[in-house]
Amino acid sequence: MMSKIIELKNVNKWFDKFQVLKDIDLEVAPQEKIVICGPSGSGKSTLIRCINRLEEHQEGNIIVDGTELSESTKNIEKIRAEVGMVFQQFNLFPHLSILDNCALAPIWVKKLPKKQAEEIAMNNLKRVQIDDQALKFPGQLSGGQQQRAAIARALCMEPKIMLFDEPTSALDPEMIKEVLDVMVDLAKGGMTMIVVTHEMGFAKEVADYMIFMDEGKIVERAKTKEFFENPKSERTKLFLSQIL
Amino acid sequence: MNLIAKPSKENIRTYVPIGLSLVSLSILDVFANAFFNLNLMAFFPSQLNYFLPLILGFIGFYLIRIEFSGVRSLDILNKNINSNNFNALLTLFTIFIIIKSIPPMLDWFILEANFVGNSKDDCTGDGACWVFIKVWFNRFMYGLYPDAEQWRINTAFLILFVVVGVSFFVTEKLKKYFIFFLVFVFPFLGIKLISGGSFGLEYVESAAWGGLSLTFIISAFAILFCFPIGVILALGRRSSLPAIKYISIGFIELWRGVPLITVLFMSAVMFPMFLPDGTFIDKLIRVLIAITLFEAAYMAEVVRGGLQALPKGQYEAAKSLGMGYWRMNALIILPQALKLVIPGIANTLLALVKDTPLIFVVGLMELAGMIGLAKTNPKWLGMAMEGYVFAGLVFWVICYAMSRYSQNLEKKLSTER
Repeated sequence: MMSKIIELKNVNKWFDKFQVLKDIDLEVAPQEKIVICGPSGSGKSTLIRCINRLEEHQEGNIIVDGTELSESTKNIEKIRAEVGMVFQQFNLFPHLSILDNCALAPIWVKKLPKKQAEEIAMNNLKRVQIDDQALKFPGQLSGGQQQRAAIARALCMEPKIMLFDEPTSALDPEMIKEVLDVMVDLAKGGMTMIVVTHEMGFAKEVADYMIFMDEGKIVERAKTKEFFENPKSERTKLFLSQIL
Repeated sequence: MNLIAKPSKENIRTYVPIGLSLVSLSILDVFANAFFNLNLMAFFPSQLNYFLPLILGFIGFYLIRIEFSGVRSLDILNKNINSNNFNALLTLFTIFIIIKSIPPMLDWFILEANFVGNSKDDCTGDGACWVFIKVWFNRFMYGLYPDAEQWRINTAFLILFVVVGVSFFVTEKLKKYFIFFLVFVFPFLGIKLISGGSFGLEYVESAAWGGLSLTFIISAFAILFCFPIGVILALGRRSSLPAIKYISIGFIELWRGVPLITVLFMSAVMFPMFLPDGTFIDKLIRVLIAITLFEAAYMAEVVRGGLQALPKGQYEAAKSLGMGYWRMNALIILPQALKLVIPGIANTLLALVKDTPLIFVVGLMELAGMIGLAKTNPKWLGMAMEGYVFAGLVFWVICYAMSRYSQNLEKKLSTER
C-alpha cells in the first residue's frame, strides 16, 4: 500500500446551517500534485483550508502526515509548520521587509539562529527570483512579486506540503505567468502540492490528478489527461466547456 | 456705467487697486482703533462710522473677486478667503476680531503686567501679576517637598532626561538596554530616590509630594502600566475563551462606565475600609492603581479598534506559518495594530496627563492642585487667573510635545510607499 501524506475521510463541514463540504474523501500521496477546480462557492477553498485547520471540520477525519486534526490536537502549530500555504491576497506582513517576512517564522517557530534563517530566506528568494527586492517592503512590490515573495515565505519553513488557494486570481494577467513559472518549477522539484486554480494550462502541465467540485461535493476525480479529454459527469463537461 | 459693471478680467486694472485699498483702509481703521485708540473716520455720523470698516472691506472684497484673473496670488486669495459674499464677511470678522483682541492680551500678559517684587503689593499694574508665579514657583514644581531635599527630585529627573537623550544617539543594539533600564529599572530607582527611607536618605511621605513633579510621576507611572494592561485587555476581549472574554468585557465596561473622580474617591476613602486591619497601602499608590486601571480600560478599546482593522489574512498567514497565539500577536498582529492606532493611543495618554489634576479630591496636589491651594492663601487672593493661565500653558507644552512625538513616531514607522 502506498503511504498517504494527506487523508480525508467522510469530511463534512457546515457554516451555521449551510453545508459547505459534503462527504469529502481524498487521498494524496507524497510528491503528488493535485489541482482542484470548480465554480465559486463550491467549497474548494474551504477544503484546502481544512487541511491546515484554518477552518475546522465538524465530521469525518483529516489526517496530515500521520497526525489527525481534531479539536484536541495540541500540536496543530507543528502541522501548520509542515504545510505551507499561499493565499489569493498574498497576505505578506506589511510592517516587515521581504527578507524579514521570510526569516521571521524560521527564527521564531523553528528557532533557527538569525543568520541561518536569513540565509534560507535569501536562497528561497533567489529561487523565486526576487532576491534583489529582499530589503524592500511588501507595499513597494508589484502583485506578481508579492505573490512570489509569499511563496518564498512559505518555502522557508521547508514544508512537506504546499497549499495554493487561487494564487493568481488577484493578479494582473501580465503577472500571472511569473507566478505560475515559479509554481511549475516547484512542482518539478517534487513538492506535494494541492492547488485551487482556474489556470487550466498550468493544471495540464503539472497536475497528476484533477478534482472537480460543485456544491460541496467532489464530482469528479480523474487523471489529468482523462479529465480534460474524457470527463465523465455532465457537470464537469459543462464547466470545462465554459472555462476552456 | 463702467464702475458698476461686474468685476472681470477687462476692468482688473481699475477694480483691483480700488478694492485692495478699500480693504486695506478698513483694516487700517480697525487697527488704529484697537492699538492707538484713534478713530480715523470720526467725521462720519456715528452710526455709519461704527460699521464703516465692515462696509468698506465688503465692497473692497467684492471688487477684487475676479475669477481666473490670471494673477496667481489674487486667485489664491479669492479661492481661500473670498469665494463669495458670505466668506468675505467671515474673513473680515475674523481679521477684525484678531486685531481687536491682540492689544488687551498684550497688555494683560506683558505690557501692564508685573514681573518684579515678592508680594501682592508689588503688583500695581492692571495686567497679570506674574510675581505670584515667581514667588510660588518652587511650590508649583515640588509641592510640599522639603526644600533641602529637592535635589533628589532634580537628580531623578536629570537622570531620566540624560538617559532618554543619550538613547536617541546610541546604536540599535545598545538601545535595548536603555529601554530595559527606562522601563524596568529607572521607575523604581527614581521612586526610591524621591521617597527615601534608605541609603541614608530622609523619608519623605507621599502626602508631601506635589506640584509639577507629581504630575510627571503620576503620568509616567500610569502610562507605563496602563499600556500593557490595556493591550492584554484588548486581546482578552477578542479571545475565543469565554471566561477570559467576559472577564475582559466586564472589566472594561465597569471602569469605562464610572467617572474618574468617583474611582479616585473610592480608592482613597472606601478601599482602605475593605482591607484587613493593620494593612496599609500608601494613598499615592492607591491613586496610581486607580488611574492606571481606569485608563487601561480606555486603552483596551483603542487597541481593539486597531486589532479589528487588520485584515483576517494577516492572522491566517501567521497561523499558516505555524505561529501560536502569542507569537502571532507579538510579531504580526500587535506591531501593525498599535501602529494603526498611534493617534488614538496619543489621545488617551494626553487625556491621562490632563486628568491628573483630579487627584485633588483625595488631597494630593499636583501642579493645578498647588495653584488652587496658593490662590486661596490670604496674602495672595485674586490670583486665580494668573495661576490657571500658567497651569494651562504648562499642560499645553507637555501635551503638545507628546502630540508631536506621536506624529513623529507615526511617520517613522510608516512602511507604505
